[in-house]
Amino acid sequence: MVIPKNILKKGFNHPITWCITGSFLVFLSFLLSVGLGAVAIPLHVLIDAIVSFQPDNIKHQLVWEVRLPRAFAALFIGAALAVAGAIMQGVTRNPLADPSIIGVTQGAGLAIALCFAILSSGSYWMLLGWSFVGSAIASILILVFSNISKEKFSPVTIALAGVALSTLFSALSTGIALYFQVAQDVSFWFSGGLSGTKWDHVYILIPIVLIGLTLSLWISRPLTLLSLGEETSISLGQSNHKTRVIGLIAVILLSSVAVSIAGTIGFIGLIIPHIVRLFVGHEYKWILPSSAIAGALLLLTADVLARMINAPFETPVSAITAILGVPILLHLARRKRRSI
Amino acid sequence: MDWWLTFSRAMKWFLIFVFLIIFIFIISLSTGMIAISFHDILNTLIGNGTAKQELVLFQLRLPRMIMALLIGAGLALSGAILQGLSRNSLADPGILGINAGAGLTVVLCIYFLHGKYFTSPFFLPMFAFVGALTIAIIIYILSWQKGIEPNRLLLVGIGINALCGALLIIFQMKMDPRDFQKATIWLTGSIWGAQWKYVWALVPWIVILLPISFWQAKAMNIFQLGESVSIALGVHVERQRRFLLCISAALAGACVAVGGGISFVGLLAPHLARRLIGPNYYSLLPLSALIGATLLLVADMIGKNILAPADIPIGVVTSIIGSPYLIYMLLTRKNSGLQN
Repeated sequence: MVIPKNILKKGFNHPITWCITGSFLVFLSFLLSVGLGAVAIPLHVLIDAIVSFQPDNIKHQLVWEVRLPRAFAALFIGAALAVAGAIMQGVTRNPLADPSIIGVTQGAGLAIALCFAILSSGSYWMLLGWSFVGSAIASILILVFSNISKEKFSPVTIALAGVALSTLFSALSTGIALYFQVAQDVSFWFSGGLSGTKWDHVYILIPIVLIGLTLSLWISRPLTLLSLGEETSISLGQSNHKTRVIGLIAVILLSSVAVSIAGTIGFIGLIIPHIVRLFVGHEYKWILPSSAIAGALLLLTADVLARMINAPFETPVSAITAILGVPILLHLARRKRRSI
Repeated sequence: MDWWLTFSRAMKWFLIFVFLIIFIFIISLSTGMIAISFHDILNTLIGNGTAKQELVLFQLRLPRMIMALLIGAGLALSGAILQGLSRNSLADPGILGINAGAGLTVVLCIYFLHGKYFTSPFFLPMFAFVGALTIAIIIYILSWQKGIEPNRLLLVGIGINALCGALLIIFQMKMDPRDFQKATIWLTGSIWGAQWKYVWALVPWIVILLPISFWQAKAMNIFQLGESVSIALGVHVERQRRFLLCISAALAGACVAVGGGISFVGLLAPHLARRLIGPNYYSLLPLSALIGATLLLVADMIGKNILAPADIPIGVVTSIIGSPYLIYMLLTRKNSGLQN
């Protein structure tokens, strides 16, 4: 990344400053996430475990087998969800677009319930594939919907359509789960959060998230123009169609991989881009990377909270993100209509 | 006799739906796990049935179906009143989070007073009413900004709904397994545990609130003309609105307390009624109640028969029927579907 020349002029207010600060905070919360839990792990033990791993030391095992994969998953899933929300908001020009609000997450959930029902036990790849198909169908439905709706992309229309879709999907999931008697598996997985993360998941998660991020950065410039309005971007000679398709692919990749590991975690894609815009402005080349950083920070912290609030039991992390997210949603609902 | 004119004009539809209800009632009585012929039903009703037939009819099927009728009527009226007072054809106690608020207080009850005398069926509707009313007031206050704008009301409602859902999950996870099971079954909106005592707990609420809401039809008709006209015609708009909100919350709360989270009836029934006989509340309110009762009776019959012997919760059935309809409404509505 080339550091722009005017960084000295703009000083601390430059997006890069925020990105660096954010990354530092992410690093700190990553350490917290590994260190805190039912058993606290001091920093020197953590360093020991990484530098000179002893298989018979139970704390070292804990770090490697439980804490590290979980922290990595929180990091990358948070980033994925936040970026998916940012892209959705740019493509639909709708401040309320977020994978969980518009039903993409629940679509993936339905597909996974189907997978449990039909295959009873599938490998993780299978689960991921189903989740991918489910979220793809849901996102395409919502895009088609907002294109043929008379009030194109009005925030309330898309939110209501999302309510309708997600209720439909979760009702179908419940029906399927009850009929095939896999209700327990499905609900365990839905609210499981990050607690069951293994290294196998992380190995698949990281490359997919990186692909999604790269795709999104590739369209960051056209996305900025698109968010200014369809006419503006067409008159500047860009193909909105291409931007939309690539954006959609990135959203589907990011949200489906997140859902397949962590279940339905909502609101990160809604909150983060709005907060990030306050700091780095409206250019997507900055919004996207800083959303990734802030999303990672949020999910890492929320996951630590989920472990600490009611220890030794876990509180579902989706409940925590919802409690954090709803005030932002209310704020958006109350503010005067303004484009993003 | 203005109301009588409208009422008699809609008489045809009232009769049609009353006959429909009777017809479906008889079919539903005779279908299920154990089929009972029409002849045997008549015999049992006049007291000549076998012990087994009496058990199935009087202890299992009748309370459940009467409950479906009452809940359907109650939720439909609650939705119709909400739509009238907010002048928003998309308002529904489920979408706005009023049902979730009622559910939250009931779960809190089970959590804090597990098994004690307060959880007897007669107290639950009161707790649910308190919760529903609190949430209704919160939504009202939060969407107040020099008047209630319909879209803002919906968005705030969606947000509050998500918040209640998150709190519900947190408290559910803290419950002991027996209470958890109880709460989960109840929350999915199933009436298959229906017993006479729940029916008797619901009856007084419906019997009192039904006439009161019909009595408010005139005020709601005036509301439709807009705020300034209502004031000019001598309606205390704010006072009237608060009163109606209370009635709507009471109806929704009582229904949720015994039936759990049954969504979309409050949206669908008034909307269908409006299509059939137009927007005059003198006939709209009773017809909504009839349609709501029919809908829930049908949903109950579908739920118990379609995947027999598995019993699909009635809330799942109404969601599967209702959400496509909501999408259809969103697609076809003009001018936001709001009678501004």
